[in-house]
Order: sequence, then structure tokens, then C-alpha cells
Amino acid sequence: MQTIQKTPQKNNRLIIQLENVTRIYKVGVELILALDGVYLELYENEYVAIMGPSGSGKSTLMNVLGCLDRATSGRYELDGCDTTRLGDAALARIRNERIGFVFQSFELLSQLNALKNVEMPLIYSRNGWLARRKRAKEALERVGLAARIKHKPNQLSGGEKQRVAIARALVCNPSILLADEPTGNLDSKTSEDILALFDQLHREGQTIILVTHEESVAVHAKRIIHMKDGRIHSDLPAQQDPTYRTAQTSFPPEVSG
Amino acid sequence: MIALFTAPLSLFRLSYQSVYLALAQIWANKTRSILTTIGIVIGVASVTSVIAALTGLKAKILTQVETFGTNTIFISSRRPDKGPLRHASWWTIRFLPEHFDDMLEHCPSVAHFSRMGSAGQQTVRFGEKSVENVSIMGIEPAYHQIESRPVVLGRTFSAIDDMQARQVCLIDPKLRGELRLDRDCIGQSILIGYNTFAIVGVIERRPELGLGMGDEEHNEIFIPFRTLKKLGEPWIWAFAASKSAQVLEEAEAEISFFLRRTRNIRPNEPDNFRVESLQSALDTFNKIAMTVTLAAGGVVGISLLVGGVGIMNIMLVSVSERTREIGLRKAVGAKKSAILTQFLIESVVLCFVGGIVGVAAGQGLTLIISGINPLLEKTYIPGWAILLSFGFAGTVGIFFGMFPAIKAARLDPIEALRHE
Repeated sequence: MQTIQKTPQKNNRLIIQLENVTRIYKVGVELILALDGVYLELYENEYVAIMGPSGSGKSTLMNVLGCLDRATSGRYELDGCDTTRLGDAALARIRNERIGFVFQSFELLSQLNALKNVEMPLIYSRNGWLARRKRAKEALERVGLAARIKHKPNQLSGGEKQRVAIARALVCNPSILLADEPTGNLDSKTSEDILALFDQLHREGQTIILVTHEESVAVHAKRIIHMKDGRIHSDLPAQQDPTYRTAQTSFPPEVSG
Repeated sequence: MIALFTAPLSLFRLSYQSVYLALAQIWANKTRSILTTIGIVIGVASVTSVIAALTGLKAKILTQVETFGTNTIFISSRRPDKGPLRHASWWTIRFLPEHFDDMLEHCPSVAHFSRMGSAGQQTVRFGEKSVENVSIMGIEPAYHQIESRPVVLGRTFSAIDDMQARQVCLIDPKLRGELRLDRDCIGQSILIGYNTFAIVGVIERRPELGLGMGDEEHNEIFIPFRTLKKLGEPWIWAFAASKSAQVLEEAEAEISFFLRRTRNIRPNEPDNFRVESLQSALDTFNKIAMTVTLAAGGVVGISLLVGGVGIMNIMLVSVSERTREIGLRKAVGAKKSAILTQFLIESVVLCFVGGIVGVAAGQGLTLIISGINPLLEKTYIPGWAILLSFGFAGTVGIFFGMFPAIKAARLDPIEALRHE
């Protein structure tokens, strides 16, 4: 059962288009069908949460969307560019220019200060030293960390580390921000701060994909996709999703804003 | 492997942060880095100090050559390596004065030649003062044309001094001081053994080679060759000078040919004397220096190899420790070549740090060496040796860092990010 949701923001640009994407892993002699014919369309400035139990294929979908992995068959267009046949170097370039990753465990380099961590993706594109510094500072300002650019990761709190990681994801002005359990290592208060930051980025026009298994996180999105057995099980606007109702009863004040 | 060719392009952008990261990594793992680079340090320190010692020795010897003159030829008795004279006593193969008679006429490439004689050591007295163990050297007037030891006061020996076997002598300023002679001591008489000699000149001392064998303390006094002969039978050798540096080898050959005849050596018998120039001594030294350098090079090669294996090992550890970092870098857009470059730079930086420490250690060793042995006081590390050391260190870094770097570059980003 496939539900292809036409989003309300039809006048926005189509950013992601998946057509019958499958991904098959070979583990020993066994073949595992991680993605089983996925269709998905995503428009600019959408805020999507991908949910699902482990083994549902949500990580694989995220890897394919993030160009870390290639679909075994099917077609994946990102920003009007067909990525299916691209080589390693071209995919690296796409990851650099069009995708911003945010990870559960931040993945900051401990020897580098916040500014240098944020600058890192720019090293892999053609940017001069000054431009790098300027853009990294702007990204840190955007996540509200302008005052802590010289701090190293071990001098930052968990929430601040995740903000640095978000700044690093934003520094190349990516088409999509891919966040994999971004609040998984944070307490509930800090999680809310980070999610509020995502909300703010969404209002500023950023396209965001959140991969999570927490309902309280997913309800921040405007569209919730449930994965099951490598397929999209449901794809509904947040208000119509059953998750939204259960979450709303448990956390009414946070979600209302 | 294509990454190898594209690496230089990305090198520029990457190098700054890679070098910074590599240094941070080395600083964070100080003990590990020290242990890893110790092979490189030892290799570089030994190669630089060996080269420095040889350079110093050569500089010292060259100074010596300059005083003697490059045209100078030494002629002395020597037991042959084979033949019946192999075990002959020194006395039977000694030179007699007449062996050299008419040598200049028969050796067209020889400009000057002087018989030299030694009559052992004597006590020299002046008034109440006496100096023991002064070597008595007999020279012919031509000696002054051969060895560049200027007579700073008085005159040189003349042909008449020699022909008439006059009891005259040349002393050096040190002996003059020790005998409490006047500064202008020309014409004063001293006792050599039990014979009275008049001082006709003051000759400069030979620059000290500093062999550390009491050479500096040694006193010499020069008297005419025939005067010496009159006092007793001396031990004889000779100095000659070729007409120019170009005909040095001809001169040596002519002298050998001439002396074989005067010493009645049959055609199939080996020489029982030695004709040697400083140039040939220098050539011998250069050959020895080359051999030592090559031997040291071999040792250094082995230690660099061992050091390189250490570097490879630590780089493999570094790659596996930083798998997540590699995954992250790939996720944010680092190409294979970029990762390869980063780890190559890291391994080269590690080797360069080893190289710097090694050159510093070599410099330390050099200072110690030159302090201990005055013969090596001119020891220093030449610039090319330092460049060579860094060249080696860099090569080791690239060679042994390649495998770990390729391993890092080939990591799958998804797997790498999942790595614990």
C-alpha cells in the first residue's frame, strides 16, 4: 500500500523525487530487501519526520536520501539532478553542496574549536580562507552560538555541541538538512531547544528531514512518514497523523507553538 | 590510485588543516608519537652526525693540505707487502742520502726536493734553561720552497749553510719562549746535545692537527741536512714538490722510477718505499669517507625502515581510532583523494617531526663529538645533509603512510559512522 502524498506547498520547487527505489543488501548469502519500491516527493521548505521501528528501512532511506548510499534500482532525483548513476566523487560533491547532516552523537572533532568544526565542510569545496571563516561565523550566528566560536567541543554542553553540528550542516547552504535522531543524546529540556531551532530554521525556509523514533520529536514536523518493511506505510500531514494526537495529549504546551 | 594524481590539487586547500590536525594529534598522543618516531629520530641523528664528523675531518685535513701545498710529495721507506723484504728490519730498507743524488735532473716534473733527516730527540739548552725531547730535523734549503712555513724572523737556510755543514739552526717561537731567549734571538747560541748552534731564523709552527697525541707540546728544531749527517747517521725521508698540480702524478711516477733504480730494485720486486702526495692521501680519505658514509647509510636505511614500519603501524591505529571522523568527513563531502591526502600529510608530518628531533639530536651529538676530539673541532652538519634527512623522512612518511591512507580513503562512510 503506497500513499503518495501531494503536499500543500505545491507552488514550491520539487527537491526530492524517489521513484520505485529499492535497496538490497547482501549479508553472506542472504539478500535483505531494505527498501522495497519507495516513492517519495519532497518540496522546498518541507519539514518531514521519518518514523519507523528498527529494521523498517528508515536508516537506509536516510542514507540513500543523503547520497551516502546508492539505490539498487529505481530513480532518485535531488534538486533536478539524477543521482542514480553518479560515481563516488560526484556523490561526495553532492553531499558537500546540497546535503547537511546532523547526527545523534554530534560527530564534532575534539581537536578543533567550534568555528573550525563548522568550517570543515567548506574545506572540501572551493572556498577561500576568508570566505570560509565568514560563512562559518554566519552559520554559528544562525544557531545562536556567535559567542562560543573559540570553544572546543569539550567546553560545550550537549545542546551547544548539537548547535555547532547544525551550524556545520547549514554552512554550505544545503538543499536539505538531514537529521538522524538529533535529540537522541540530549535531555528533554535541551531537546526542546534544539527542536525549537529546527522550527526556526523551517520558518526561515530550510527543508528539513528528521529521522526519529520519538513521537515528541516527530510532531514538530509538518509531515510524518511512517516506514515499515522497507516501504512507506503512511505519509500524512502532521495534524492527520495518529502520532500527533497521542503526542498532543501528552505534551500539549510544547507542540502548540 | 587515481587519487594519487588528484591529491596535489586538493593538497593546497587541505594542507593547512591537515597539518594542524596532524600536529594536534601528535601533541595529544605525545608518548605514542615519541615511541613511533624514535626510529626516524635515530636514523636522522646518526646520518647527520656521521656526515658532520666526516665533513669536519675533511675540513681539518684540507687546512692541513693548504699549508703543505697540494703539490707536495712525501717519500719514505716502507716494507713491501710481499717478497723477501716483507719482514725486513726498518734499518735495512732505510734511505741513504745518495739515493736521491741527481734526482732533479732525472725527474722533469719535480720542481723542488729536499732530503729530510731525523736524529731523534735531544735536550736543548740556553743558559740555565733547558728543554728536553726536542726533535732534531735536518732539512735542505729547498725545504723552504716546499712546505709553506714562513720564516718570520732572520733568514732561511742557504746552500752554503748546507754545503759547509754549518752549525746553524731554525727554532720556532714556542721553543724561543721556553728557552727564555730574547724576542730577537738571531745570532744567539744554544746547545743542542753537546754541540753549539747559532740561531739564524725563527720559523712558524705547523698548524696543529690536534691528533690528541701530545702533538701540541712537541718541539722541533731545524738544522741543515749535512750538519745532521755529520752528527750521526739520521733516519732519512724526503719532501718534493711537483711543478704544478697537473703534473703531480707524473712527478710521483718519475720519483718512483728513479728511486727503484738508485735502490737497486729488480723489475719483478715490489717497491720498498712509498711515494705519496697529499692529493693521493686526500683521495684515499675520500674513498674511506665514502665507504663510511655508505655503511652509515646502510645502518640508517635499516633504522628508517624500522621507523617506517612503526609509522605505518601507528597510522593504522590512527585510522581505526578515527574511523568515525573519516565517516563524518566523507558525509560532509570529502572525496577519497581528500582523505588519502589528509592521512598522508599526517604521516609525513609525523616523520618530519621525527626529522626535526633527529637533526636536533644530531646537532647535539656533533657538539659532543667536536668537544671531545680536537681533530673534529670543525665538525658541523652541512645544509645538504639536513635537506637529505628531511627528504628521507618525507619519503618514509609517504611510502609507509600510503597503505593506511588508502585504507582510510576506502572506508565506507555509513560503516565508518556506525563504528564504535
